[in-house]
Amino acid sequence: MSVITYRQALRDTLRAEMHRDENVFLLGEEIGVFEGSYKITEGLLKEFGERRVRDTPIAEEGFVGAAVGAAMLGLRPVVELMTINFSLIAIDQIINHAAKIYGMFGGQTSVPMVIRTPGGGGQQLGATHSQNIELFYSFIPGLKVLAPSTPAEAASMLRAAIRDDDPVLFLENLGLYNTKGEVPDGDDTVAEIGRAAVTREGTDITLIGYSRMAMVASQVAEKLAEEGISVEVVDLRSLRPLDRETIVESVRKTGCAVVAEDDWLTYGIGAEIAASIQEGAFDWLDAPVRRVAMAEVPMPYAKPLETAALPSPESLITAVHETLRAVGRRVG
Amino acid sequence: MADTAKPKGGGTARSTGGRRRSRKDAAPSIADEQPKTLLEYYRQMLLIRRFEERTAQAYTQARIGGYCHLNLGEEATIVGLMTALQERDYLFTNYREHGYAIGKGIHPRRVMAELYGRSTGVSKGWGGSMHMFDTETRMLGGYGIVGGQLPLATGAALAVSYRGGDEVVMCQMGDGTTNIGAWHESLNIASLWNLPVVFVVINNYTGMGTTVEKSSAEPELYKRGSAFRIEGVRVDGQDVLAVRDAATDLVERARSEQRPFLLEAMSHRMKGHSVVDPAKYRTPEQVEEAKANDPVASFESQLLEAGVLTEELKQEIADSVRDEVTDAADFAENSPHPDVATLFDYTYATPVANESRRMPADPVFAD
Ligand SMILES: Cc1ncc(C[n+]2csc(CCOP(=O)(O)OP(=O)(O)O)c2C)c(N)n1
Ligand SMILES: [Mg+2]
Repeated sequence: MSVITYRQALRDTLRAEMHRDENVFLLGEEIGVFEGSYKITEGLLKEFGERRVRDTPIAEEGFVGAAVGAAMLGLRPVVELMTINFSLIAIDQIINHAAKIYGMFGGQTSVPMVIRTPGGGGQQLGATHSQNIELFYSFIPGLKVLAPSTPAEAASMLRAAIRDDDPVLFLENLGLYNTKGEVPDGDDTVAEIGRAAVTREGTDITLIGYSRMAMVASQVAEKLAEEGISVEVVDLRSLRPLDRETIVESVRKTGCAVVAEDDWLTYGIGAEIAASIQEGAFDWLDAPVRRVAMAEVPMPYAKPLETAALPSPESLITAVHETLRAVGRRVG
Repeated sequence: MADTAKPKGGGTARSTGGRRRSRKDAAPSIADEQPKTLLEYYRQMLLIRRFEERTAQAYTQARIGGYCHLNLGEEATIVGLMTALQERDYLFTNYREHGYAIGKGIHPRRVMAELYGRSTGVSKGWGGSMHMFDTETRMLGGYGIVGGQLPLATGAALAVSYRGGDEVVMCQMGDGTTNIGAWHESLNIASLWNLPVVFVVINNYTGMGTTVEKSSAEPELYKRGSAFRIEGVRVDGQDVLAVRDAATDLVERARSEQRPFLLEAMSHRMKGHSVVDPAKYRTPEQVEEAKANDPVASFESQLLEAGVLTEELKQEIADSVRDEVTDAADFAENSPHPDVATLFDYTYATPVANESRRMPADPVFAD
């Protein structure tokens, strides 16, 4: 067992997969000479050369689409998009092409590619650089969307994404890159796509999150345990397919739930979770499902405004307390 | 301008200038061709013509749904282009691709069955008119989003180059497509990375009802490759031999020199944008011009004049083409519709946990 960062876990996995399979190659802006905007691909150009680690021009539609075309011929491109905000330039190739080609042509060609990209606010990057729009991709049949929250998950899920024959949007998070966690040495586990995980068992309330918010949920659960509140944490891990069974099973046990999401509330991922819970655990619910999400504004630059707009551990704790109060079972 | 000093043969080559093989210096003449070859081109052009006429008829009879864009007027271009490709070469096209599918070697039965939405269709009834795809003949798709095929074709060429293969990718599109971002991004990438792809612009003077002059600041489209140091050539798309020669030249150069090229074929759209478009925006002169430039009729009279085609032979070919199209339509008509039980067969290539297989009225949780 080693304790490594989320960033290191991604880099180690990319390197190992490139050694394992000649068809795996990387492309994206600034991933080679510059070694990645967030240094995920550090050292890889030196190790593998330009054929396998390809710097692209600033042409998201062009190079994401080129990855789709290369995947149609059997290569396994792993694209890095600097941040998920820039995926909007490539959205035609992702949604109208990558996600459609397998079905639209009657299953004649698959598109085995991965798009790695970080979401995340909280870096004072302002409105265009702080969005969490994974929902757009999670909405689309034909895509798979993964959102790991720990280094070990980042590794096993990236392995799964690369070895999968479908296009996978692999959501990272600026706020997670420096977080650390245990990863087994020489690990080669391949996560199962489409499965959520109960990362902490509890009996009073279910806290549901993904990516950075799954990590925050775990921290909050730890804190609330000191107050004697037993929180069960569900890490969604896979946004498409969505593992509703695991969510509902947990809520049937605890009787109430709070969803923690880093996106906007209206029509957001939490809305889908809440709808699923009301359909699958209606008779078990003791309180309305609460959603903790970003304030619905273009993200401001100024620190106090930005901080106020983002879901925080405190906002989660408040939502848990209020939900439990609604249940009437416990007063926080 | 000589192109020797530039790393990638920069600048624009005109059809009359730059470096040409000797046989390209003069317009190709039917006198230099084998009669058998000419008759084969004629037959293929006529097949596409009759196939598309039958398609229009079936569409009007509501046997075909959706949008339906025809290749009427594009027959010489298609046959010339497809002749230039080797079997191992890949083809990407836009949505106006029935003729290309046939030209690349897909049986007309399977193309018609796709139009009818049958499970025997080339895309098993999942694609329709705009989305013909066949792994075997390497027709890697008709695409309905304008410009969508350009990044894909570029990526296919990247895969060829990555593996050191010697296949070439041809990427067909319309004139209007040279204005979308994907055009600029793809030509730039293809040139930067020295990819073996030939971009082919079918210039039929219009995208839907908008003329080239109204949509392209540089209306001589073959010149637009120069921004990327991609050599561009313009060819008369009504002349099957000229298209074949120009395309063969560029395809073989893309193969041997490992770099992209641009070919602009001047063509005519004989009918509306799609079957339902009466094309009222066209002046009577434009309609006349398109009619006067009917590539099938003019090739036919050339062949008759040269004695390659006789009235007897013409009738024979017409009959055999008619039979082939009738056979395709009968095959489509008698083919089964896809079974609704297959609805969830093609969402994912790798089966995945918790994939939704819910029908519209089903509850999310079955129990
Ligand atoms: C991105 C996008 N915008 C608009 C359309 C609608 N549309 C379909 S065909 C077409 C005209 C394209 O013209 P051109 O590229 O010249 O091809 P042609 O139809 O003449 O063969 C338009 C605007 C589309 N399919 N995709
Ligand atoms: Mg046009």
